[in-house]
Amino acid sequence: MTARFFLRPQDLLFILVMALLILVVLPMSLDIFRLNLVGKYLTYAFVALGLVLCWGDAGILSLGQGIFFGLGGYCMAMFLELEGSTPEATKIQSTPGIPDFMDWNQITELPWFWKPFHSFIFTLFAIPLVPMALAFVIGLAMFKRRVGGTYFAIITQAFAAILTILIIGQQGYTGGVNGITDLRTLLGWDIRPDHAKLVLYFVNAGLLLACIVFAYWVRASKLGRILVAMRDREDRVRFSGYDVANFKIFVFCLAAGLAAIGGAMFTLQVGFMSPYFVGIVPSIDLVILCAVGGRNSVLGAVYGALLVNWARTTFSEDMPQLWLFAMGGLFIAVVMFFPGGLAGLYRDHLEPALGRLFGGRAPTPPGSPETVTSMVEQPR
Amino acid sequence: MTGHSDDRAPASALRRRLLQGMAALPAAALLPRAARADKPATAAVNTTGLAVTDDTVTVGILHSVTGTMAISETGSVEAEKLAIDQINAAGGVLGRQIKFIQEDGASDWPTFAEKAKKLLVNDKCASVFGCWTSASRKAVLPVFEQYNGMLYYPTFYEGLEQSKNVIYTGQEATQQILAGLDWIIKEKGAKTFYLLGSDYIWPRTSNKIARKHIVDKHGLEVVGEEYFPLGNTQFNSVINKMKLKKPDVIYAIIVGGSNVAFYKQLKAAGIDLSKQNLMTISVTEDEILGIGGENIAGAYACMKYFQSLDNPNNKLFVPAFKKMWGQNVVIGDVTQAAYLGPWLWKLTAEKAGSFDVDKIAAASPGVEFKGAPEGYVRIHENHHLWSKTRVGRARTDGQYDVIYETAGLMEPNPFPKGYQ
Repeated sequence: MTARFFLRPQDLLFILVMALLILVVLPMSLDIFRLNLVGKYLTYAFVALGLVLCWGDAGILSLGQGIFFGLGGYCMAMFLELEGSTPEATKIQSTPGIPDFMDWNQITELPWFWKPFHSFIFTLFAIPLVPMALAFVIGLAMFKRRVGGTYFAIITQAFAAILTILIIGQQGYTGGVNGITDLRTLLGWDIRPDHAKLVLYFVNAGLLLACIVFAYWVRASKLGRILVAMRDREDRVRFSGYDVANFKIFVFCLAAGLAAIGGAMFTLQVGFMSPYFVGIVPSIDLVILCAVGGRNSVLGAVYGALLVNWARTTFSEDMPQLWLFAMGGLFIAVVMFFPGGLAGLYRDHLEPALGRLFGGRAPTPPGSPETVTSMVEQPR
Repeated sequence: MTGHSDDRAPASALRRRLLQGMAALPAAALLPRAARADKPATAAVNTTGLAVTDDTVTVGILHSVTGTMAISETGSVEAEKLAIDQINAAGGVLGRQIKFIQEDGASDWPTFAEKAKKLLVNDKCASVFGCWTSASRKAVLPVFEQYNGMLYYPTFYEGLEQSKNVIYTGQEATQQILAGLDWIIKEKGAKTFYLLGSDYIWPRTSNKIARKHIVDKHGLEVVGEEYFPLGNTQFNSVINKMKLKKPDVIYAIIVGGSNVAFYKQLKAAGIDLSKQNLMTISVTEDEILGIGGENIAGAYACMKYFQSLDNPNNKLFVPAFKKMWGQNVVIGDVTQAAYLGPWLWKLTAEKAGSFDVDKIAAASPGVEFKGAPEGYVRIHENHHLWSKTRVGRARTDGQYDVIYETAGLMEPNPFPKGYQ
């Protein structure tokens, strides 16, 4: 292989292991119901990937990633809803041809911002671009003024709250607290039966793997190194002549775009979108996934998403009244005993052994210097 | 089988009346124990692979027991468990004891959908009792339709829905609204109305129906209509507007924690509910626990069930509920509707002679439950219940005095013509 290839042999190996797990092992060992659940967990992994770049590398903690996940999901849901709301299917309404919740709210004409979502091509572009545009505006307003750290985290939370209130309040245009439900077909293809779920699972897994490779590429590039430098010594990067704000805006938009892809895949696999996801609590949940997996590791974040959601499902099925305590216990244990998350556990204990196996010193993945061991430390 | 079950109902009602003095005993103990030699074969009652064995049948309970909705949904869970206990003590359904699997919807709608799917696909539940908010029902409805499950949904709601796979044991909007308005117009000579609501689909749809009824059917006047975000606690400006407009009736559909602020601020503004008519369709005994009886005393509520209802069934139901869940619990309209779910399902299964969802759905219309705490209910063709509408007046102790009930059962009409 070429010397400058961005994936080192062990990276390639780990990605292959991940691919083997989600493309072969899980589909073969789980029934379609559980596999569909795993597909849902993997949609959160897109958000966690974005957080690794944005929070783990660049040190920008966003507590509002649910905004972008939700917006991506809503874009997809709007397209599917319009496809289902044909005049024939909605002929009992006062105004046939518009989504049912609009009819209940005495809206008689499709609002202008819904109209482009008749087009699938437009929707495909809108899914990443609408959330990225919002991220760009937020980033421009914040980073150009050098707002960062906890202030930025709080402001992203405020945005999540504002957007939730907006969506719930404008129920005639958004479906309100019910969300956009009962989505059935994508370009005439029924997304509900088991075989469709299987196809969607593999599409989702394939997209996720592509995004993982992309994240590795970003981290190995010069850009990735600048992000890390910015996190550790922002002033030095600025004095070296880089425009720190632009890099921050860029990586924040990138994370938003990744989250949006996850949101759109969520809508397809679950069949509806709800304003719940845009809110504060799910946004924090998404950060927790990333923290449990290890915010400095791309694959760790994916494993974190799988583990946390699997635990959530299992605990809540086994003890419906007490599962929240079990989840709380899990998070406390991770923060106290494995501050680097799953990836930290690997780096501290398994990797030295593997490093010897590969016959050399234990390598350090690019973009994750040894200095970062504690995830409880405040990002700068 | 069917005849046997139907004959038994009045007999057991009579028995209950005779034993009223022993009401502190669980109602279940008064029902005859299982002694069925005629238990049908599993293969005959379950042709679609549901979780039915020779001795048991598995159902699901799906409510929020964590999160913001837990406080509202707990009563429903308790009522459903009580009903299942009583049915089991009385011999079960088609000779089989009911086992239940409880899942937590966690107050978020995607989780409801996930858990509904788990109950149907993984656990093969013969029926599910659950959901509370419209949003959670909207989230699970496609799941129940796709996997052909049966949902018994307890909450009064906005209508505009009807599904083969759902039995709506609460009232749809017209059942809750029309008779109450007729009553207050006739009895109180009301001419002007001020409509209030929390801003989401149920209050908006309900007020739309109320407005049509007031304006189009009675030729009276609506002098104001306003909506507030969920969780809103500032009602002073609307209270001032109402003081100026002096409506004969304040018609309030405010939900959840907002109620506490609304009624306290009304009282603080000097609006005395013993003089100012106020009618609500959103405050049950459960909500009064939070509002405080002294803040809402005098208000009229339009429901189908009140805990203070005076009939033989309710005199057994209330003590049995308190014995199981504690002396201090209160029982609101939705809790009672949730209690109907397992009983209606049992009666339907025995009428159909099968647990198959298609047969249950087909046999449901016409099923009647004479032991209902609200008196008597019957399932309509449209899978909603025929039931009476009642008006209660709030007392300072948090209970309602029932002051009016419709003479006959109100027909459920989820898609009311002329009200849309």
